[in-house]
Amino acid sequence: MSHKLKITLYGLLCVLCVPFVFPTWWMVTSSFKPVGEIFAFPPSPLPSSWDASAYRQVFELQPFATQYFNSLYIALLVTAGTMVVSAMAGYAFARIRFPGQNVFFIVVLVGLLIPSEVTIVPLFQMFHGLGLTDTHWPLIVVPILGAPSVMATFIMRQFFVSLPGELEEAARVDGLGRFGTFVRVAIPLARPALGAVAIFTFLHSWNLYLEPIVFLSSPEKFTLPQALTQFVDTYGGPMWNIQLAAASLTALPILVVFVLAQRQFIEGLAHTGLKG
Amino acid sequence: MTLTRTRETAAHRAVVSPYWTHRRRDNLVGYLFIGPQLIGSALFVLLPLGLVLWYSLHEWNVLAGTFEFTGGDNYAKLLNDSNLGEVLGGTAMFSIGLVVFNLSLALLLAVLLNQRLRGTTFFRTLFFSPVVVSLVAWTIVWRFLLQADGGINGLLGTIGVEGPNWLRGDATAMVSVIVVQVLKNVGLNMVLFLAALQGVPRQLHEAAQLDGAGAWRRFTRITVPLISPTILLTSIITVVGSLQVFAQIAVLTQGGPGVSTTVLVYYLYQQAFQFHHFGYGATLSILLFAIVAALTLLQWRMRRKWVLYES
Repeated sequence: MSHKLKITLYGLLCVLCVPFVFPTWWMVTSSFKPVGEIFAFPPSPLPSSWDASAYRQVFELQPFATQYFNSLYIALLVTAGTMVVSAMAGYAFARIRFPGQNVFFIVVLVGLLIPSEVTIVPLFQMFHGLGLTDTHWPLIVVPILGAPSVMATFIMRQFFVSLPGELEEAARVDGLGRFGTFVRVAIPLARPALGAVAIFTFLHSWNLYLEPIVFLSSPEKFTLPQALTQFVDTYGGPMWNIQLAAASLTALPILVVFVLAQRQFIEGLAHTGLKG
Repeated sequence: MTLTRTRETAAHRAVVSPYWTHRRRDNLVGYLFIGPQLIGSALFVLLPLGLVLWYSLHEWNVLAGTFEFTGGDNYAKLLNDSNLGEVLGGTAMFSIGLVVFNLSLALLLAVLLNQRLRGTTFFRTLFFSPVVVSLVAWTIVWRFLLQADGGINGLLGTIGVEGPNWLRGDATAMVSVIVVQVLKNVGLNMVLFLAALQGVPRQLHEAAQLDGAGAWRRFTRITVPLISPTILLTSIITVVGSLQVFAQIAVLTQGGPGVSTTVLVYYLYQQAFQFHHFGYGATLSILLFAIVAALTLLQWRMRRKWVLYES
């Protein structure tokens, strides 16, 4: 490759990454700017004096720590539950022969065609009837068992279909039952696919917005995405520096984890996630 | 040792209960394994879908407490809804704009990253990073940047360009929503394209080069056909995803100005949860379901026509 071409390519990459990096940079630096400086012209890349008061206000105006905990524990629970449900269903659909299998598989796949917005009205009614609105139940149970986990089941099934079955057969010849084969042989082999499922599921739950605003009404039950939009003044206008501080607190920990584990993260998704 | 013991117990079980043959045990385990997913599908997918259909045949106002069977009235309302044309037009514009921009940018980035350059992992991490940033956080930052006196216009101002009030003009609002959404998620498609590009055999390119084919010709005649399964897959995911965009619209524009960025899901949300017309909301849900199902089936059928190599 010629020297000139190399420089052009690097230049192109640098220009293209600006809109990807600039917003995060602007979010963090602006959250430390004194209120009067946020919309100053010309814009300054760094605050003239670092002011952390917005971060204090984030916790004063809303039970932000509780909301953070809510989002985190819901996402972790949903991720663990989805991994179990989708690994079992995916394995059964790929490996075990039983009557009605294909029909059941098609029934489950219907979930892929249904955006969550379609079923939100009846789901709200169902959970309302059970007295479970303004609780976290619908945000946990529906993703684990309902439409959002179907994609995970599909990924797991495709993975098990493409996995050579010799090891499992050997284990069975040695007398391990179906369940033992699944737990001790199939699951350890499926680690890459499970990793992809875990990442997808965690991000999906972490980002949920429609469901929380439909199901939850008290601030101490809110999840982060919902809480972020609540930092508004008495006229409904956004309190920018506080919203940006809260947004930074929401985004940065996940970004750090991602940067540390980016290779496993990206390659896991690319190579096992969606090859179906 | 463990294995021997298991073998003994298995043999033992087979002797004491001849009813539990291999086949019967397999059936049982199969049903147990798909059980949770199947029950979940019945309760949280099929039942709600049936209920939506049932609700759509009723006039149901939550505030007034009315629930009356009205047959096809809601569907007649759908056909006469003066906003719906604009809403569907906006939805189509949004989806088409999003898919075209997303796939071409993803492919461009993937091709750039697939060159043998040092430091591509670094750039790959940067391009992918918005995928892991919380969606609402990302959207809030962009709403801030796109204000009339916000960061984008500030940057434009330093080079002497006066930017528009992005989120308040019909066309600029739509473009803004599309761009913000593409930047958030393009990394995902980029990574899938990158994996596909790495699967294209280098010898094919070298052979074509010997035959005198230029870079663009090699790209359109070799690369694109070979990665067509991935193009189809990403386009399905992106189209279906584009029809479900809600948080971005709710935070950036609330469907405005006017109804210019009111896509179908946002309209559905407004009708059901802001105006409390659950019956009509359900009817719009049926419309959304029909559109998603039709598009998915169409794309799967197209697969036979233009996808060349299926792995």
